[in-house]
Amino acid sequence: MNKKTGSADFSGRLWKLFASVKLTVVLLLSLAVTSILGTIIPQNESADAYLNEYGEFLYKILSAFDIFDMYHSWWFQFLLLMLTINVVVCSINRFSASWKIIFVKNLFFDVSKFRNLADKEEFTDSRSPEDLKSIYVPIVSRSFRYRRIEETGNGFCIFAEKGRWTRIGVYAVHLSVILLLVGGLIGSIFGFAGFVNIPEGETVNDISLNNIGKTQRLNFKIRCDNFNVKFYDSGAPSEYRSKLTILEQGKSVLTRDIIVNDPLRYKGINIFQASYGELPPREIALNFKNRVTGMSHKKKVPLGEKFNLSGDTGQFVIEGYRNSYNFGGHNLGKTFMGILTPNNGSPVHVILPVRFPFFDGMRKGDLIISVEDYDHRYYTGLQVTRDPGVLVVYSGFLIMILGCFITFFMSHQRLCVEISKSEKKSRIMVAGTANKNKLGMQNRIKNIVKSMGK
Amino acid sequence: MNSSNLLSIVTFIYGTAAFLYIVSWIFKKQMPGRIATWVAIIAVVGNTGGIALRWIESYRLGIGHAPLSNMYESLVFFAWTIGIIYLVVEQTYKNRTIGALATPLAFMAIAYASLSPNINNQIQPLIPALKSNWLIAHVITCFIGYAAFAIAFGVSIIYLFKQRKTGGKQSMFVRSPDSSVLDELTHQMVTLGFLFLTIGIITGAVWANSAWGSYWSWDPKETWSLITWFIYATLLHARMMRGWEGKRIAYLSIIGFMAVIFTYFGVNLLPGLHSYGSG
Repeated sequence: MNKKTGSADFSGRLWKLFASVKLTVVLLLSLAVTSILGTIIPQNESADAYLNEYGEFLYKILSAFDIFDMYHSWWFQFLLLMLTINVVVCSINRFSASWKIIFVKNLFFDVSKFRNLADKEEFTDSRSPEDLKSIYVPIVSRSFRYRRIEETGNGFCIFAEKGRWTRIGVYAVHLSVILLLVGGLIGSIFGFAGFVNIPEGETVNDISLNNIGKTQRLNFKIRCDNFNVKFYDSGAPSEYRSKLTILEQGKSVLTRDIIVNDPLRYKGINIFQASYGELPPREIALNFKNRVTGMSHKKKVPLGEKFNLSGDTGQFVIEGYRNSYNFGGHNLGKTFMGILTPNNGSPVHVILPVRFPFFDGMRKGDLIISVEDYDHRYYTGLQVTRDPGVLVVYSGFLIMILGCFITFFMSHQRLCVEISKSEKKSRIMVAGTANKNKLGMQNRIKNIVKSMGK
Repeated sequence: MNSSNLLSIVTFIYGTAAFLYIVSWIFKKQMPGRIATWVAIIAVVGNTGGIALRWIESYRLGIGHAPLSNMYESLVFFAWTIGIIYLVVEQTYKNRTIGALATPLAFMAIAYASLSPNINNQIQPLIPALKSNWLIAHVITCFIGYAAFAIAFGVSIIYLFKQRKTGGKQSMFVRSPDSSVLDELTHQMVTLGFLFLTIGIITGAVWANSAWGSYWSWDPKETWSLITWFIYATLLHARMMRGWEGKRIAYLSIIGFMAVIFTYFGVNLLPGLHSYGSG
């Protein structure tokens, strides 16, 4: 055996492997089984979280197989690639045969093939074949567009068929699978998905990309003019709304509100309302109450700026803000942190939870400080994406639905009604074939026979 | 009467229908079967009324939305689709044996919705993520798919029992359709389910792309719906291209329905984007 035939033999065997439906079944089931892993093991979390959960040994094994980002791992992508090749090869392999059937030049009906069908219907009628022909042709026409009447030795044959083109349905489904995978690939190569938080009134054009810690610069800027969150009476959120302005070379070109499910699309970039948060306030209204006299006075102070207390008893500064504060296992909620420096003592840390104005009383100091109000500032959290593959994927979706419908619910049906004279009567045979849903074809034949007045 | 009360009564009616179908099947009597059909029709009509009433109630509360937004509402809708598809199959195949498996499934779905303490039957306003026209298309197509798979599951179970009992003439399955018809029915229900599961996944993907900017993010529910899709795709290829039929198809159909159930309920135990479907 020389080298040439050896390689031809090999590629032939490879082709045969990829042309087999057995491989399809194996690949589909492998994808199904392996996909389960990624739903049990949370994906794309931090290494620490995994070490904590699984211990070092298991962590090393799992991460060697990319289990923590398994849907993008080499072996999962390999399975998808195999499936793609499998689909392509199977389709090419069978397409030429289907092509010959679909685009046949000379339609040929073989009456003997229909005679050999097991579930044909036969009966006799007292009318002559000529009379019956004029009755039967309209009946057949009702459900079959293509008809041909051929004369036989002692009567007629009415051949009819429809749905020849539906044989293409399965190729449409396969094409759609390819489109989905190609569209996904285009998206992952030429697209990006990132995240940006924009405080109200501020402008950005750098997006932090998901998962890889890099940034993507847009060729325009986004300004958040305003963010608003509405709640139902129950406290559940009802609407997140950001007013955004697009700026090109410093000039605003577009202003629009976005809400969840109604993103802004500009120059191929999609901007989605994804989250929001509260920013550290800039100005806080404080209340100072004297423990001894019970007198209180209010003062508005900027964050981080030291000021003298009234009566010159010392200095105070609000040096920080947190959205939540853990105190002995309880979450105090939004909390300010300050430092009080009395004239005759050392600095004291003061905790000022917004929800609990009497909290500072527990410090047992001369002054009880509480937060009256502060300026509420929000930032909007935007998901920013670009995916040039979406159009390909969506066309795949459309073709897949149409293809599935054609493949499952339409078929290529062929019908033969043979009318032959036997003595003074006519013998009639009705038989048909379908490439799918044979039970449905049997029922159709029964219905045709019924409407033939038998 | 409010919709929850009406649907509780409907639960009882489904239970009665299921009981009658089973009695008719076990004792091989026609009469309970005939009554069962009427009871099942009443249950489906009541189920329809309950869904409509709930829809109207949500508008009266000023938070009008289609009743397809949480676990309770989806279970009620699931029972309804199983009921409708089963009655169509019964009419088409003129046989009630399948009812002994289909109506209990509808009953279990709606009973779980009405009776489980973990399921909130209050009408809740829609959170921002659910405020989309895709919600209705996505939920309806998914549940038509699930219901068709549920019926296929029931038929497959009957098929397997029947295969085991062949030989004895006094089988429980005397009046069930021929094995070949059961086999074909499984296949037809799977194709119907597969088409609608496909549309359901696709509408979900398009919705996700308009809400979150990504048509596919491998969240557990998405992944499990894809796993289900893979299993039924395997079944269809095995049958159409390799000529599998009978037992092997029945087993695949049962495994497929297990995946459906996990996609529906099990995934709520896992974290992900679909968490609002859990309570």
